[in-house]
Amino acid sequence: MNRVPRRLAATLALPSLLVAFWWWASAGSTSFYLPPLRQILAVFPQVWTVDRFETDVLPSLARLAAGYLLAAVVGIGIGVVIGRSRVVRGIAEPGLEFFRAIPPPVLVPILMLFAGIGDQMKIIVIATGALWPILLNTVEGVRAADSVLIDTARSFRIGGLRRLRHLTLPAAGPQIFAGLRQAVSIAIILMVISEMFAANEGLGFAIIQFQRSFAVPEMWSGTILLGLIGFGLAWAFRLVERRVLFWYFGMRAAARDH
Amino acid sequence: MTALQRRATAVTRIGFPPWAQSASGVLLLLAAFEVVPQAGIVPTAYLPPLHQVLAALADEAGRPVFWFSLYETLRGWAIGLAIAATAAIATGLLIGTVPLLRTATHSTIEFLRPIPSVALIPLAVLLYGADLRSKLLLIVYASFWQVLIQVLYGVQDVDPVARDTARSYRFSRWGRIRHVVWPTALPYVMTGLRLASAVALVLAVTSELIIGAPGLGQQIALAQSGGAVPDLYALVVVTGLVGIAINVLVRWAERRLLSWHPSVRGEVAA
Repeated sequence: MNRVPRRLAATLALPSLLVAFWWWASAGSTSFYLPPLRQILAVFPQVWTVDRFETDVLPSLARLAAGYLLAAVVGIGIGVVIGRSRVVRGIAEPGLEFFRAIPPPVLVPILMLFAGIGDQMKIIVIATGALWPILLNTVEGVRAADSVLIDTARSFRIGGLRRLRHLTLPAAGPQIFAGLRQAVSIAIILMVISEMFAANEGLGFAIIQFQRSFAVPEMWSGTILLGLIGFGLAWAFRLVERRVLFWYFGMRAAARDH
Repeated sequence: MTALQRRATAVTRIGFPPWAQSASGVLLLLAAFEVVPQAGIVPTAYLPPLHQVLAALADEAGRPVFWFSLYETLRGWAIGLAIAATAAIATGLLIGTVPLLRTATHSTIEFLRPIPSVALIPLAVLLYGADLRSKLLLIVYASFWQVLIQVLYGVQDVDPVARDTARSYRFSRWGRIRHVVWPTALPYVMTGLRLASAVALVLAVTSELIIGAPGLGQQIALAQSGGAVPDLYALVVVTGLVGIAINVLVRWAERRLLSWHPSVRGEVAA
């Protein structure tokens, strides 16, 4: 019965200690760049009002979602095609290795040439950055599918969509999700960078604007908000993963118990 | 391997061997780079054909500022990665071997890890300006978690029998870490380092691009604002090549350091 409170205590002990320490250590801070936590928290509700959410935060998140979904659809689609054929894989590999090695932020200036600095550019930047981990993991997952399952499907003449739905995607599922998870953090980074580099609204733009106008507590509040968004998305992702891959986690837990 | 697959492998080996597949992949990519803008599918102002980009690359290679930028990027990458790896390995071994610390820090790590490192850009600018230190702040923050998580996985993976044996033989705490925990964790550490080395490059270039710290990213920003499109592409290609080189280097180091490990031994035998 007292396991739940104890776990809660273990979860909350260090974070509360750290926040308390930050509060205490910064309370008398006169440094311009490191304002007291009290002051940061006091400006937080003033800065991030409902209006501000509508003009800066929601558009950012909408672009994030659009770019991410685009990357997921394209990445899994192309990944399945490449992963299923040995020859296509051999031909595509050098190109994939090269594009993966390019740090995604340097694509921002190039994509600005094509798409200006509007929503379109930012969505494409997010999508092109998030694409590679999804694509490469899908290729890897599809390739490594159990050969007995593949042969069984072939013997029973299970092909086309049924094969995709019941064999390829589930077999590659855990690996695809590993790619999707990496892509979340890359997508957030690119959302912020695309707005810091060139924008007139959005979360990244707001934060860089505070920094340029030396509104330091406001800037800190933006950093905290970004942290909360990153944490929230990681948490939401885990929920989805547990639902979609419930069979996989069950299988792993069973294997561990034996 | 089934008969069918064996036949398929034999066919590809004779008809279209792997090296020919890779080579044709590279050639196709290069040809597309040349033909697509030449044929007017994409305006050359946005995507210059390959020969222009290569000319720009040769031009860049003759300028000292290019080599200086490359050096600056690599320097930031190496220093940042070294700091992050050392700190993460030490922290990971400490947290991983003390169960109380492990439960106490779990939630904090899970909270701090997903915080995007770019959120620290404004702070880095205010504190350090366009300086190596701002670059290092971002690189270290981002790479630290990659290594730390892997070290924690690795420490968890220690064989209980080996651990108990070491304890029965009264290995000291340090001896247990050195001879039992570390060899188990090393493959995980190397995975963490491989991930972190890619992330460190991304953050090095990002900080140069956004903050203007000297390096390839800064040159890219300059080429972009100056409208030097072929140079822009040439520099982006260089960052890609640097990324590939780093990846090759880390994989080579992984193989050297883990030559005793079954996963690598198996690969060599095959």
